[in-house]
Amino acid sequence: MIRTFFIFLLVMLLISKASADPQTLRLATTTSFNNSGLSDVLLPAIKSDIGIDVQLLVVGTGQALRLGQAGDVDAILVHSREAEDVFIADGFGTHRREIMYNDFVLVGPSSDPANIKGAQRASEALVSIALSQSAFISRGDDSGTHKKELALWAVAGLRPNNFGNWYKAVGASMGSSLNSASGLDAYIMADRASWLKFKNKGSLALLFSGDAVLFNQYSYIPVNPEKHSHINADAADLLEKWLLSKRAKTFIDSYKIDDEALFIFNGSL
Amino acid sequence: MVKGPLSVSLDSVVVRRDGKLVLGPLDLDMETRGITVVLGPNGAGKTTFLKVLHGVERISDGEMHWSVANVQAREEQAYVFQSPIVLRRSVAQNLAYPLKLIGTVKSEISMRVSLWARKIGLEDALDFPATRLSGGEKQKLAIGRALIRMPKVLFLDEPCANLDGRSIREIEELLHEATLAGTSIIMTTHNLGQAKRLADSVLFLLGGRLHEQSPASVFFNIPSTSEAQSFLNGDIIE
Amino acid sequence: MNEIFAGLQEAFRLIFTLDSDLIEITLRSLQVSVTALLIASALALPLGTWLAIRRFRYRRFAIVVLNALMGLPPVVVGLMVYLLFSRSGPFGVMGLLFTPTAMIVAQVIIITPLIASITHQAMRELWSEYHDLLISLNTTSLQRITALIRDGRRTLMTASLAGFGRGIGEVGAIMIVGGNIDHVTRVLTTAIALETGKGDFALALGLGFVLIALTLLINFAIHSLSRTERDGTW
Repeated sequence: MIRTFFIFLLVMLLISKASADPQTLRLATTTSFNNSGLSDVLLPAIKSDIGIDVQLLVVGTGQALRLGQAGDVDAILVHSREAEDVFIADGFGTHRREIMYNDFVLVGPSSDPANIKGAQRASEALVSIALSQSAFISRGDDSGTHKKELALWAVAGLRPNNFGNWYKAVGASMGSSLNSASGLDAYIMADRASWLKFKNKGSLALLFSGDAVLFNQYSYIPVNPEKHSHINADAADLLEKWLLSKRAKTFIDSYKIDDEALFIFNGSL
Repeated sequence: MVKGPLSVSLDSVVVRRDGKLVLGPLDLDMETRGITVVLGPNGAGKTTFLKVLHGVERISDGEMHWSVANVQAREEQAYVFQSPIVLRRSVAQNLAYPLKLIGTVKSEISMRVSLWARKIGLEDALDFPATRLSGGEKQKLAIGRALIRMPKVLFLDEPCANLDGRSIREIEELLHEATLAGTSIIMTTHNLGQAKRLADSVLFLLGGRLHEQSPASVFFNIPSTSEAQSFLNGDIIE
Repeated sequence: MNEIFAGLQEAFRLIFTLDSDLIEITLRSLQVSVTALLIASALALPLGTWLAIRRFRYRRFAIVVLNALMGLPPVVVGLMVYLLFSRSGPFGVMGLLFTPTAMIVAQVIIITPLIASITHQAMRELWSEYHDLLISLNTTSLQRITALIRDGRRTLMTASLAGFGRGIGEVGAIMIVGGNIDHVTRVLTTAIALETGKGDFALALGLGFVLIALTLLINFAIHSLSRTERDGTW
């Protein structure tokens, strides 16, 4: 009885011990990339083309950078220019490759109490929201999207620190924040992919998009193998080459939801 | 195995609990032989006295010595508590437990278990959960389990309280058989009739002190203290 | 209400189509939580029993600490295990981060205090029943612990099942140390969190119902295997 128990235990431990497969690569990326569904198309193609099993760690940009810094992932794919530059400058990443961009959109109650539908620029839309004090959900989690939103407020000459309680920093992922916005009928800034894939829209509608400042550049950064010797640099290099290939371009540009392209490839072939 | 009966000596033994005197001071020399019945009214310290002899009660003052080392003495003893403790196992496993503890070989265990199951009248209930036995059966099981190691000394604390006449008779037969097999018994009882039936010698305790130590025939016929006399008469004594 | 109904429907669809992803993450959930449960039980049952029978100076203190650990937020455990297993952490060289093993470690830390604490309470009762007899039989500490664990096994099973329930339903810690990697460390709870994030409440709820059904099934299976109901209480 006791002996069978221990044998069982041992077997379970053996099964659970994942072996370090040289053909796997850990890539930290953001929710927006994964939620869009693009990863579901790209990962199998990568696997069949270059034989690399990409293990996605879907986290916020802040956490993705931390994972890279600690050497817990082999590469990162994020969208926050300033933070990326710091990451490279500190020597945690070897270099930065622009791959593609998508864009952010402003979403809000379809009744549009702040009347942002007719706005010309994103900053104008944000000022309208602030003036009407309509409920606004902020990610508030130091993610790429959150950083972008803060930058836009700054462009509009406003400081979220001074806002009243109509401005709610929820400190959550894109999906959870969208759920909050849906529940509260609030405005929110989201990446187009997450918005299109989001299934709990309620009375929310896409109200503003198209301003060039809302473009959202994704970059690929391999983690510096000089900092962490166990990094799978060869695989990271192979993946970089693939992401910049014509084949990747085709996959990315042709990925559509509801007939809308979500990402535009802009890597240098 | 120790040859011959064990003897014990107590030298000014005192037991206090929470600062209150429960037993003693007690001086006693005794050779265990046959059945010794400890008598006395409620609160006289009978249970504490048995536990002191068994070595499971902390002595506050004084000393107690068995004729062999105390550890060895414990191994030669068994104790049946006032309300029988049965393990949450089957009857057979209850009987086997004390033997398993000392590493008796399996074939010997099963042999002795069936022997004792028969002696205590539970041979048809070997796989029955012990906790669901009746009070009398539990008591017999506890006694069987105590005797299965064939101890030199068996302590019994009120073995027949709350039992019907038939169970009492069966238990008394068991005890009688055990003495014939070489086990000395030290027991307490409230039942004077039982004491008269069983006792070879009597210890009379009152207020934590030993008032009389005499052969049964002497104690029941010519008690040497007036307290013992009143006790035998059924008077209330303090 | 509609959403709950849609969730139930989704659960049935997943189960009856034998959805391969569902089977995979369900098996992984079981593998992680069952392994964690076995390890935690091997630690917690003797520990809880030992605390019940042993009188020592800091016993009260140890029990209070144990009960406090029971309320440890899983996220904190996850973060600590992450920091320990991170490549930059003390055990980084083992390369265990983002593997099921790391998830097992986190779950062991979360459920051991729970099992030990319930064990302690149950064993204290049994010990007061057995105390005099086991002392009289001159048993060693090991023999006492063995006897209590053996005879208290039904209550201990309840303790273990409570631990299992907490483990398999836990998301905060394993999300951090496992990373919710598809086909590697994704389990039922992290998948539920993911689908909730995508706003796909029906699928999330469907997975939730699968999780509930699974725990119920395991509870029933263990109870009937050990014939708790038929034998009544010992």
